[in-house]
Amino acid sequence: MTSLHPTNAQRSEGTAAAPLAIELVGINKHFGPVHANRDIHLAIKRGTVHGIVGENGAGKSTLMSILYGFYTADSGEIRVNGTPATITDSRHALALGIGMVHQHFMLVDNFSVLENVVLGAEDSAFLAPTLNKARTQLKALARDYGLEVDPDAIIENLSVGQQQRVEILKALYRGAETLILDEPTGVLTPDEADHLFRILGKLREEGKTIILITHKLREIMAITDEVSVMRQGAMVKTLTTSETSPGELAELMVGRRVLLRVEKGPASPGKVLLDVQDLVVTDDFKVPRVKGVSFQVRAGEIVGIAGVAGNGQSELLESIAGMRDQLLGTIRLNGEVLSLEGDDGAARARTAGLAHVPEDRLRMGLVTTFSEWENSILGYQHSYGDGPGLDIAKARQTAEEYIKKFDIRPPNIDLKTANFSGGNQQKIVLAREMERNPDVLIVGQPTRGVDIGAIEFIHNQIIKMRDAGKAILLVSVELDEIRSLADRILVIFDGKIVGEADPATADETELGLLMTGSHASSDKTPGPGTLPAHETPVQQTLVKMSPQDLSGKDPN
Amino acid sequence: MTPLPRWADVVLLPLLNVVLAFLVGGLIVLAVGQNPLQAVGIMLYGAFGYGSGFGYTLYYTTDFIFAGLAVSLAYHAGLFNIGPEGQAYVGGLGVILIGLALNGTHWAIVFPLMIICGGAFGALWAFVPGYLQAKRGSHVVITTILFNFIATSMMGFLISRVLKPAGVNSDESAPLEAITRVPQLRTFIELFKNSPVNLTFFLAIIALVFIYWLIWRTKFGYAVRALGQNPVAANYAGISNQKMIMIVMAMSGVLAAMVAVNNVGGVQGRLILNFVNGAGFVGIAVAFMGRGHPVGVGLSALLFGILYQGGQELAFQMPGITREMIVTIQALVILFTGAMGDMLRAPLARLLTRSEPATGAK
Repeated sequence: MTSLHPTNAQRSEGTAAAPLAIELVGINKHFGPVHANRDIHLAIKRGTVHGIVGENGAGKSTLMSILYGFYTADSGEIRVNGTPATITDSRHALALGIGMVHQHFMLVDNFSVLENVVLGAEDSAFLAPTLNKARTQLKALARDYGLEVDPDAIIENLSVGQQQRVEILKALYRGAETLILDEPTGVLTPDEADHLFRILGKLREEGKTIILITHKLREIMAITDEVSVMRQGAMVKTLTTSETSPGELAELMVGRRVLLRVEKGPASPGKVLLDVQDLVVTDDFKVPRVKGVSFQVRAGEIVGIAGVAGNGQSELLESIAGMRDQLLGTIRLNGEVLSLEGDDGAARARTAGLAHVPEDRLRMGLVTTFSEWENSILGYQHSYGDGPGLDIAKARQTAEEYIKKFDIRPPNIDLKTANFSGGNQQKIVLAREMERNPDVLIVGQPTRGVDIGAIEFIHNQIIKMRDAGKAILLVSVELDEIRSLADRILVIFDGKIVGEADPATADETELGLLMTGSHASSDKTPGPGTLPAHETPVQQTLVKMSPQDLSGKDPN
Repeated sequence: MTPLPRWADVVLLPLLNVVLAFLVGGLIVLAVGQNPLQAVGIMLYGAFGYGSGFGYTLYYTTDFIFAGLAVSLAYHAGLFNIGPEGQAYVGGLGVILIGLALNGTHWAIVFPLMIICGGAFGALWAFVPGYLQAKRGSHVVITTILFNFIATSMMGFLISRVLKPAGVNSDESAPLEAITRVPQLRTFIELFKNSPVNLTFFLAIIALVFIYWLIWRTKFGYAVRALGQNPVAANYAGISNQKMIMIVMAMSGVLAAMVAVNNVGGVQGRLILNFVNGAGFVGIAVAFMGRGHPVGVGLSALLFGILYQGGQELAFQMPGITREMIVTIQALVILFTGAMGDMLRAPLARLLTRSEPATGAK
């Protein structure tokens, strides 16, 4: 059922239904020995939202970079509105009406919205006429598409969602007819994501074409008209969204049946290993983020902390791990109070029997310029060698063991860590933290950005740790991950624990209400163009297409 | 962008940069109507051709190795120490104080004490910027520059008002007796007659090996590199950023102060005004050209030693080439290896990857 090329019938059918905004014909791209794009054929109809899904490294970003002029294809043709075009750089792409909203925003933080919008598109040496013109245009754009942003606001004072709107405005101001959005919701809160989708709906109504790159199948199902699946550099299939299912898409992405239901028995909690009392923690700007949190984690249980990102989870984890000083309250590991004096509290936490899989492996968990073996001892370097010298042979031996045990690929301990894929980088961190036989394991976003295949393995490892009698604290923004792994769920909102639930009996709506700050948000009536299918925004938040849901809905 | 293979990064790229610098320098020599090939010949002869020239080359190399290592060590921790000039200057105070205090004592006793005492003074001068960076967030680039100025003024005052003996006209301290000075190699090896290279040269070689061991073979070096590459991950690993910054800066100051042992203890035998004479700044270029690796630092220090000694020979032998032109050529080497050191990286990477698929495709 997987065909590498869309059949002629499929393609001509598309042409008949609507004119094509973009057509890619036989695109190939090599990076050294890596064949990143293999003979890609893709037809995108004007006035539609076209999703592109695939695992990390499937070639989505490369393909879009070729379309946007960052890379030049080795062979193949790009047709814009039916005319062949050789796109040499992003300016050229913009001139052809192709705009891109990057995953990491390209904005000048201390410029106003207006200044950012006109940056690089000034009409003359004097700014005033351009700014005046842009101000009028922004007003029109805001009216037409619901893209409200204060034109005089400074970027650094805006929320992430608003900054993204500025990026979209930038593209539209430059006359973009086709918008490419690369993982646009990765940084957004569910509310902001809903707002974005309403904007995308409006844009579609006005005849703009949108290419949406994402790995969240829920979003694909909710907003796209057509969806293309990529795997290992090849275009596997293009489907009409209404005629497919998340299960089918997942299978096409991975190339095999994905069975991800976590198998676990009942927990048998023992004594309290992690005890947090009245914890108050501030962020780097001295703003309180954790506001009086108390809970306990016992041996042999997984406690999940559910919540929308940015409600204090990160600061909570970092404080327990010894990286962030608490303002008030105590943290007890194995009954011992953890002192966070100085900036090496993480070392004391480790000595006390704690292991920490951080939320952001690239920023925190790994030194990406180190080779694999060097990262496999990060935080434990003191146990390698008796004197000042580092016992490199022993460290390398450890790394070899971990690579075997966790099936880290490629199995090369001398390879620079940056050259491993996201899933394998995560395995490097997990192996390092889990194999030290800690008493307490705290895990943040264990499967963020990890391929579907590796998620299965990571979940099973966490369960194994629990069954070995470890106390595990799990923080994830993926509610389904928490529901399937945790034995107890604590809901965090605005730095406070607002509720506790048993995952087996928890009511999704109720959990969602707690996560979004009680019942207030359920009164909100969805605006025009809201996501279809679910009654309230809260339920939309909850019904994230997770692997667990997939297996249920899969027609096979 | 595909990264360069290691051999190209470490050997080929610096070599190409040096060649490029000499080509441009050759054009300048040509422009003033002199023969560039002859100039290169004289330069090499001046640096290696006879005993005392070679001795001078090694003497300069010694200075540059220490200054280069000082910059490299700090750089591995993510710190840009551009204060070796001032740290070496203040280190000189420690060297002369212990020397004068034990004046007349055999060098075998005084030499180690000069290393310790000079090192302590240099360490202090680098520790303060380190402390300010760690605890107050004041950037070391700014503070070390300012500390260079403070060192110049302070040392000027101390030398001319405090250390200068009565009845001496020039601005310098009282001299050390011959037996107290670090012995020069010419007392053992006939070849180095009339040249200032002294035992400190061997200290420099030891320092190169020691720094290699420290950075790549110890837990401390592991922590230094983790901090330099990713401070957040270092914090995650329980490495105290603040302590490490202060320790590394102090160690960097110790290395810089060894320039003073070489000059004050080994050559002048007294503390003279501005004795460092830019060696600390050359250390920055040496560190960057050597990519922070002791082998690279050793080689680039030698290159700058050749440029210094050979350049003086050149200015002396070819009247058409002035002292300023020598400085221009040295500046070109710094420009091409330091500031524009990555200019050839992209074309080189393209060249190397283009030839690769042809061989590795099947």
